[in-house]
Amino acid sequence: MSLDSIREKLGYQPVLLGVVALAASAALAFANTATKDHIAAAEARDMQMSLAQVLPEGFADNDLLADVTEMDGPKGKLKVHIAKKDGKPVGAVFQMAERGYAADIVCLMAVDAKGTLLGVRVLKHSETPGLGDKIEITKNAWIDSFKGKSLQEPTLARWGVKKDGGVFDQFAGATITPRAVVKAVKGGLDFFESHKQQILG
Amino acid sequence: MSDSMGKIVKDGLWENNVVFSQLLAMCPTMAVTTSGTNGLGMGLATTAVLVVSNILVSMIRKTVSNQVRIPVFVVLIATLVTVVDMAMNAWLHDLYKVLGLFIALIVVNCAILGRAEAFAFKSGVVASAVDGLAMGLGFTLSLVVIGLIREFFGSGTLFAQASNLLGPSFAFLEVKVPNFDGALLMILPPGAFAVLGLLLAAKHVYETRRKAAPVAVAQAA
Repeated sequence: MSLDSIREKLGYQPVLLGVVALAASAALAFANTATKDHIAAAEARDMQMSLAQVLPEGFADNDLLADVTEMDGPKGKLKVHIAKKDGKPVGAVFQMAERGYAADIVCLMAVDAKGTLLGVRVLKHSETPGLGDKIEITKNAWIDSFKGKSLQEPTLARWGVKKDGGVFDQFAGATITPRAVVKAVKGGLDFFESHKQQILG
Repeated sequence: MSDSMGKIVKDGLWENNVVFSQLLAMCPTMAVTTSGTNGLGMGLATTAVLVVSNILVSMIRKTVSNQVRIPVFVVLIATLVTVVDMAMNAWLHDLYKVLGLFIALIVVNCAILGRAEAFAFKSGVVASAVDGLAMGLGFTLSLVVIGLIREFFGSGTLFAQASNLLGPSFAFLEVKVPNFDGALLMILPPGAFAVLGLLLAAKHVYETRRKAAPVAVAQAA
């Protein structure tokens, strides 16, 4: 029988689909095993770079990637990297996410033992280009305005964007985005305050 | 043979250009052309996938029966894109950070399924590879042109952050127009529609003139 006549048989098609699906799954499984370790290593490198951006140089002398504890955050489990100097905990770095205009905005924030912000960076967002993306450090220095702030300074009522009577600038045409970032950072500080004992041991 | 190869290349780049003639792949075209660099990255990634998918489809075209060819193509393309996505994440991580979002978007690019269906399923492996390359480069060209126009009028730059994509030696491509921040509208979705519409009109006018020209010359003579 020639290939042409076999191809028209009813039984041929499900078998063909099955074979294709099997081959595709095999290819994916193989690609996954081959790339898993490299991807994990690349992501660890990324994390290391982000950590270096939020923490002032020489603030900690431990490997923050290794010193991680899982805690109950406001939205499920939260990985908290603990910064130590001479073996003593001096601060913490963790991620906070808040819904922005389009999707979750993920912020990485570093807090010292007194609850003062050392630095904040936006790791991931899908805000409108040209409007909301000014939260990125490459586009605007706005995100640095969090440096040195804490739950005491400014006061609780002023933890918001200027439109809401707070101290943080909003961008022309984009209020939702900075509002979400402020909310995320505030949430992070609240979390740090309520878990201080646990984090600083 | 070289004659038909030339036609395939010309088709891909101009006559049958994915964006400007077939009006396919509008979703990635509109979404990623906020800058020339983004357009270039998306275009090159799509070209890579298109070439490989065309080759694979052409290779299996004799074994796949007509009735189930579409699901087979879909599985094939989805697998391919996922593998490319994982491989880039692992070995070209810096590039992946710039292009990551677009790679997954290639799955929804109907031009790839379109070429599998319209060309690779009926043609030999070499011709299909050339077709994939030409169509991909035509697509890249369109995205870069739209991206550059939107970027120039929208943010006053050209090829911003090109060095992230191509390496530091390409930093000379980056141009910033002084004292001009651009009109935001061009970066937002309406800008994409406006630029695409104007370019389509321009291409149409050019082709109409070109077709009309020989007649006019003949009449003059």
